[in-house]
Amino acid sequence: MYSQFVDTGSDRVLSSEELEGLERAFQERIDDEITIEPRDWMPEKYRETLVRQISQHAHSEIVGMLPEGNWITRAPNLRRKLILLAKVQDEAGHGLYLYSAAETLGVSREELIDALHAGKAKYSSIFNYPTPTWADIGCIGWLVDGAAIVNQIPLCRCSYGPYARAMVRVCKEESFHQRQGYEIMLDLCRGTDEQRRMAQDAFNRWWWPCLMMFGPADGASVHSQQSMAWKIKRHTNDDLRQRFIDQTVPQAEHLGLSIPDPDLKWNEEQGHYDYGEIDWNEFWQVLKGNGPCNRERLEARRNAYEDGAWVREAARVHAEKRARREREAA
Amino acid sequence: MKEWPLWEVFIRSKHGLAHKHVGSIHAADATMAVENARDVYTRRNEGASIWVVRSENIVSSAPGDKEILFDPSDDKVYRHPTFYEVPDEIENM
Repeated sequence: MYSQFVDTGSDRVLSSEELEGLERAFQERIDDEITIEPRDWMPEKYRETLVRQISQHAHSEIVGMLPEGNWITRAPNLRRKLILLAKVQDEAGHGLYLYSAAETLGVSREELIDALHAGKAKYSSIFNYPTPTWADIGCIGWLVDGAAIVNQIPLCRCSYGPYARAMVRVCKEESFHQRQGYEIMLDLCRGTDEQRRMAQDAFNRWWWPCLMMFGPADGASVHSQQSMAWKIKRHTNDDLRQRFIDQTVPQAEHLGLSIPDPDLKWNEEQGHYDYGEIDWNEFWQVLKGNGPCNRERLEARRNAYEDGAWVREAARVHAEKRARREREAA
Repeated sequence: MKEWPLWEVFIRSKHGLAHKHVGSIHAADATMAVENARDVYTRRNEGASIWVVRSENIVSSAPGDKEILFDPSDDKVYRHPTFYEVPDEIENM
């Protein structure tokens, strides 16, 4: 999802009986649901996997500010503008909680950001889609943040303490994001024919990319199994995707929107919606950097970082100078 | 370029409660650390007061010393009120 494909460096998941020494004691702690804290011993691969996942998640929050930031100056009224500003500010906060959690694993903020800017670190595919209309802002809140909630609630019980605690904080704030998005959609769907068409058009464009947010089917993936054994991850991608679909379809129906999937229908026996084939080729293309806005997003991030470099430098030099003067005066 | 130093952030959520660790923040100096902590950690009335301290100045116990430090209190049940017999007739004690 916000971290859609995380390499765990594993070829096969070993059970605690097959492990020895520290690794075995570690896995037993995990099996007993004892939270791992920054200074506890941990296998190098566990640490690296977490750095990858948490930083992907952090980058997603930060890059995720761009498609919505696009509409702050064009929000239809002052109320919407205040809400959108607060929401985008929250995303910045979420990114910072997560960078802070990643830094407890012994990586520096700068390394993480450099990896993003060099195109080495990933962020969620969803933020590489454009936001041409106001209805896109409704869809991002309702669907993208809705999908994020489905993914993030289990992460509140992740085995790594700082990540889990950051997720608790994020989840508390995320619910407002989803509701404000749904409210935008409600207003449009209760509006003129043109507004309803705009809502349907945005929904058609966001539905499939939102399903891709959960990542490829991973039941058999060794990385997914390893992440689950380490209790970084609690459910498979498909389970989470199904949960999202089941809760979202009635919300779309309430708006009077039609789901852009001819194969979507309620399966009475399973108690779930069946849905059509996801275009995984599109997903991999976007993940590889060939989505509609990949280049634009990374360029905007790089520019923001480089254009702000002199401010960071000046603040640091000023603080050092003041500290030096205080020492000399003492 | 050298990064701004890292600060640990502690928030008192309301008067009468202790400050609690919430995360960390980068800032060039202490004033900026308080300002950044306010923006990042108190956007919804979570705070009545903020402490920041340079992360490098935190001294902590080692995870490996857990047993040496904390096990000795395990066998001192007499430190808890439930260890003592109170006759049923005594209602408030």
